[in-house]
Amino acid sequence: MNQTLYNQRLWKNRIGIALSMIAMALGLFVLLWILVVLFTNGIRAIDWNMFTQSTPAPGSEGGGLANAIVGSLMMVGLATLVSTPVGILAGVYLAEFGDRSRIAEITRFMTDIMLSAPSIVLGLFIYAILVAQVKHFSGWAGTLALSLIAIPVVLRTTENMLRLVPGTLREAAFALGAPQWKVSLMVTLRAAKAGVVTGVLLALARISGETAPLLFTALNNQFFTMDMNSPMANLPVVIFQFAMSPYDNWVRLAWGGALLITMTVLVLNILARVFFREKISH
Amino acid sequence: MSDTAGQPLKTAIQIRNLNFFYGKFHALKDNNLDIAEHRVTAFIGPSGCGKSTLLRTLNRMYSLYPGQRAEGEINFYGQNILDPKQDLNLLRARIGMVFQKPTPFPMSIYDNIAFGVRLYEKLSRGEMDERVEWALTKTALWNEAKDKLNQSGLALSGGQQQRLCIARSVAVKPSVILLDEPTSALDPISTAKIEELVHELKSEYTVAIVTHNMQQAARVSDFTAYMYLGEMVEYGQTDELFIKPKKQETEDYITGRFG
Ligand SMILES: Nc1ncnc2c1ncn2[C@@H]1O[C@H](COP(=O)(O)OP(=O)(O)OP(=O)(O)O)[C@@H](O)[C@H]1O
Ligand SMILES: [Mg+2]
Repeated sequence: MNQTLYNQRLWKNRIGIALSMIAMALGLFVLLWILVVLFTNGIRAIDWNMFTQSTPAPGSEGGGLANAIVGSLMMVGLATLVSTPVGILAGVYLAEFGDRSRIAEITRFMTDIMLSAPSIVLGLFIYAILVAQVKHFSGWAGTLALSLIAIPVVLRTTENMLRLVPGTLREAAFALGAPQWKVSLMVTLRAAKAGVVTGVLLALARISGETAPLLFTALNNQFFTMDMNSPMANLPVVIFQFAMSPYDNWVRLAWGGALLITMTVLVLNILARVFFREKISH
Repeated sequence: MSDTAGQPLKTAIQIRNLNFFYGKFHALKDNNLDIAEHRVTAFIGPSGCGKSTLLRTLNRMYSLYPGQRAEGEINFYGQNILDPKQDLNLLRARIGMVFQKPTPFPMSIYDNIAFGVRLYEKLSRGEMDERVEWALTKTALWNEAKDKLNQSGLALSGGQQQRLCIARSVAVKPSVILLDEPTSALDPISTAKIEELVHELKSEYTVAIVTHNMQQAARVSDFTAYMYLGEMVEYGQTDELFIKPKKQETEDYITGRFG
């Protein structure tokens, strides 16, 4: 063996490892920093009142985030209910039916654009076609805007996961005389289930933190409401408004809300991973 | 066509001037062959000679893919299945297929079998239970699987999975079963079980099997077809073909001087 060549490689290897370790440490450091700041500030806001009281009026004491939490839950929940079937069915269409058709190509292209479009544009779109027409902000408008963000995420993951299903499984189902729709819904989609659920969870995580599309659609509401036709409070917009306010209790609540969202997203991501891991181990 | 005792046999599938194309590639060239009812017909030949292609024309599996087409005639009890008007789902319910790699569906063992049955039959719960037991018994899987019918089909061993796939085909009571190298991924014991099963199946089904294993072809089949580069080189009773092949090419292949 050539000793100098070997030593050279050894050193290159060491330098490579050192550089990637530094990069990793940097990334971790920043992430930890964010989490520490978030926790130290957020934990002070988290108490019973945060979940039971609504956002305080300017200058008034105390208050909580109940209206924003419920608003977020309703809009994100409904958006998930809308986007999950739409995204999954469209993904099944792209992967199993349309494949090379013109409609499929156009859908794929549009999906790519929607995936990379800034979410503020989607909010603006709903503002223009809905809010500006009926002349008031509403929970429905917020739900629609969030759905538009979630659908392409669910669609793309579903399509990609279905493409990973081996062709032989599909053929085996056809070989029994099953019609296409049964093959797709009962065999391939089921084989891709873990991946598809992961996609839904990731979409859920994504829309839980979206602020821009809600600014133009649901806006905010100082009072507790479950009426989807009225403007609706939600965590991201409340954080946005409260964080920059001069009132101490508002700023405190903004931190509390930020911590709440982060924890939710964290849990969703962990769930997504667990689901995906289960699939791999089977 | 007649069997070893000279009795005439009924033809299940009659292949006439069959040509097959993958796009421009001519994969089967003027194949002619009669597949006898309730007999096992084996297809042998070097890799890439068109054995799988031929099997996939018999249940029109190729029709899933644009760009693949067949010309000629395949008469299944007198009806040309290459006819564009042929209902493919019905055809595949009558001509079942088992693949080289086991392909259990991501559902319970019970549902793996019930899935195909439910497509064309409406059975009561009790009748379905019976059918599942019947199919699993036929494939010698009942004893191993009866206590875990509700467990995933993916939790079985490779050999068990393959027997489950055969059971799944058998359960819909097709008239023909196509087996494409069903044992190539299995250990000798599982292989022996499946060979035994093939032997039993022929009392009720017509079987076509592709295999790379000469001994297997000799053991399980009544008729053997030797294919080479898309052509049907020699076809006849298995005993005759293995003991005194008519063509030099066939002899070279089965004696291992070629391959
Ligand atoms: N999807 C396809 N597209 C194009 N050509 C193909 C396709 N599938 C098979 N072929 C070609 O057709 C010929 C016959 O293939 P086939 O799979 O039928 O062979 P085989 O006899 O089953 O081989 P093996 O014993 O390796 O399974 C080969 O030359 C192969 O390259
Ligand atoms: Mg093959």
